[in-house]
Amino acid sequence: MGVASEALKNFKGFTTKNIPTIEPLSPGHRACQGCVEILALRLALKAIGTNVIVASATGCMEIVTSPYPQTAWRVPWIHVAFENAAAVISGVEAGYKAMARKGKIDLQEKIVFLGYGGDGGTADIGLQALSGALERGHDFVYICLDNEAYMNTGIQRSSATPYGAMTTTSPPGKKSIGQSTWKKNLPAIVVAHEIPYVATATPAYPLDLMNKVKKAAMVPGPAYVHILSVCPTGWRHPTNIAIEVAKMAVATNVFPLYEVIDGKWILSRKNPKPKPVKEYLKMQRRFAHLTEEEIEKIQARINAEWEALLERCGEKKEGGAEKTEVTPSE
Amino acid sequence: MGKRVGMEVSIAAAEAVALIDVDVVAAYPITPQTHIVEHLSELVANGHLDAEFVPVESEHSAMSVCVGAAAAGARTFTSTSSQGYALMVEICYIASSMRLPIVMAVVNRALSAPISIWNDHSDMMLARDTGWIQTVAENGQEVVDLLIHAYRVAEDHRVLLPVMVNLDGFIVSHVIEPIELPSKEEVQKYLPPYKPLLKLDPKSPVTMGPVGVPEIYTEVKKAQDEAIKNSKKVILEAWEEFAKHFGRVYKPVETYRCEDAEIVILLMGSIAETAMRAIDTMRERGKRVGLARLRLFRPFPVEELVSVLKPVKAVAVIDRALGFNGYTGPLCAEVKTVLFNHALTPYVWNYIAGLGGRDVTVENFVEMVEMLEERAARKEPMGYEIINVRE
Repeated sequence: MGVASEALKNFKGFTTKNIPTIEPLSPGHRACQGCVEILALRLALKAIGTNVIVASATGCMEIVTSPYPQTAWRVPWIHVAFENAAAVISGVEAGYKAMARKGKIDLQEKIVFLGYGGDGGTADIGLQALSGALERGHDFVYICLDNEAYMNTGIQRSSATPYGAMTTTSPPGKKSIGQSTWKKNLPAIVVAHEIPYVATATPAYPLDLMNKVKKAAMVPGPAYVHILSVCPTGWRHPTNIAIEVAKMAVATNVFPLYEVIDGKWILSRKNPKPKPVKEYLKMQRRFAHLTEEEIEKIQARINAEWEALLERCGEKKEGGAEKTEVTPSE
Repeated sequence: MGKRVGMEVSIAAAEAVALIDVDVVAAYPITPQTHIVEHLSELVANGHLDAEFVPVESEHSAMSVCVGAAAAGARTFTSTSSQGYALMVEICYIASSMRLPIVMAVVNRALSAPISIWNDHSDMMLARDTGWIQTVAENGQEVVDLLIHAYRVAEDHRVLLPVMVNLDGFIVSHVIEPIELPSKEEVQKYLPPYKPLLKLDPKSPVTMGPVGVPEIYTEVKKAQDEAIKNSKKVILEAWEEFAKHFGRVYKPVETYRCEDAEIVILLMGSIAETAMRAIDTMRERGKRVGLARLRLFRPFPVEELVSVLKPVKAVAVIDRALGFNGYTGPLCAEVKTVLFNHALTPYVWNYIAGLGGRDVTVENFVEMVEMLEERAARKEPMGYEIINVRE
């Protein structure tokens, strides 16, 4: 049994009856209306509790929670720079480890060391610091709050922006489809570090998210949760449908939910009847310019990625019988 | 009891860090810093130093780990050189602004391009405006002593600023010197345990590194500026205490044969030893030449410089880096500001010497002083010159 399975063998998840009432990240912050990223962070903190130290990358969540002299943080929190949240939290962890061992501090219960960043701060500028911290094996949780672009600076493309999406630096035009590259598969890159626990989640499934974050906090060593954080401002859709958009991302297999525990891939939602990707794309104006042809191309890519995921999760029936072909709904 | 040993300076620096009993060392290898961190990892591996050695993937993360660890209340150390310093400089500004008492040994090396592993002060000059306290060692004993001094200053609640101890790459770092290493007990008597003013602690949550809106940013920077100004007093106090504990006396500006000097050579680092030999030679010929060596570079030792330079007719300021402003080297610019502000008008010539490992010899110093005298005599407009350029 691997270290994560061992640590999680008596895991008791959250249910609608025992969601903690604490709010380590308090209301009154300055996030946009309909922001799913702050919701993700709020749920994650509720799952972890107050015995936590948080390191934030520069980004939306840093800006909206900490304009001095106000703070939304009821737990210790540090922000240093854009690309180094993983390095900073590994320093906090190393400091605590050394001081506890040397008897300089009395650690009665385990402190959770949590680092987080957006997709830019994690998949692009912070990838090196994250890889280093994962490889060194610090006991910490890293959450990537993926809203698929540099939203804080005004919706510029990142390596996590999906193919075809309009951003301010991937504008569609006569010679441009919008984002011309496919979304970087960051969770798979993290899995390649062979850390005990990796998961994907979205606040559209809050209990699933909280349980995954809780598991990440419980396992010894590095743990990573990749959270799709819908951004109405950047994705250009009404704020009141943000959770529906997130649900549709899962329903269309655009953002599958899964865990990788001690290297074993486990699908969280089998999604036997996936909806067409078009259903997801048409909710958001960032994809409004896409032609049917392009949409088909995206559908084919999503299908292939889903097949590969099923294979990794051991869900493919012998002889490739599992079918996930999608017929357009219109 | 301490002991007198023959030891490579880098090894002695690492031994000093172990005597200081740091909690976290985060470092990335770069020539010529490597021997310091290699020996530190050895000390951790064999149990002589109880610390977390974090072998980071870059200098940027080295400083980031130090920031995290220091914010958690741990005593931290790192060391780097040249390009490594350049990579971490973003976080160096943040470390001082967040008032974290990190100590770093910078084994001075030229900056690329062309890539050069050899000594000059380009990296130190890159650090000029980062808000760190900076001291500059001349030899191995000073490296050990300045490291111990650095923690006492940095962790003082009247200061709470990071300190950078500079030592010349290879010329100091890789030579074997006789060094007095104090005992751990002696160091502990001089250096009390680090008691953070604020730290990341779930029992008492604080928000560190928030957004500084325009209504508050200036005030934060003013406070930081006051902190570095006020640190001078503590730096001097800590040296006075150092003399009481260890018998070695340190001052912000070290002088040699300056009492009746008409000409002063002003510089930083290990070339001071060569300059002193040149001064002895020139003195034998009846030239009244002295040396002023800055041991303290940040905060800039204004009062001490004024008292040294007040009676002097001419000054040769030796810069070991270029400023690329087409007008003056970086150290000379600051010396001239001091002179101007105190209405002192010696003739000043700025020599750029010893770039990227180019030797600066006794003869060079003699020649620099002769040229200074000639220029002063013919009232040539003051300026700068790179010496030892091959035609």
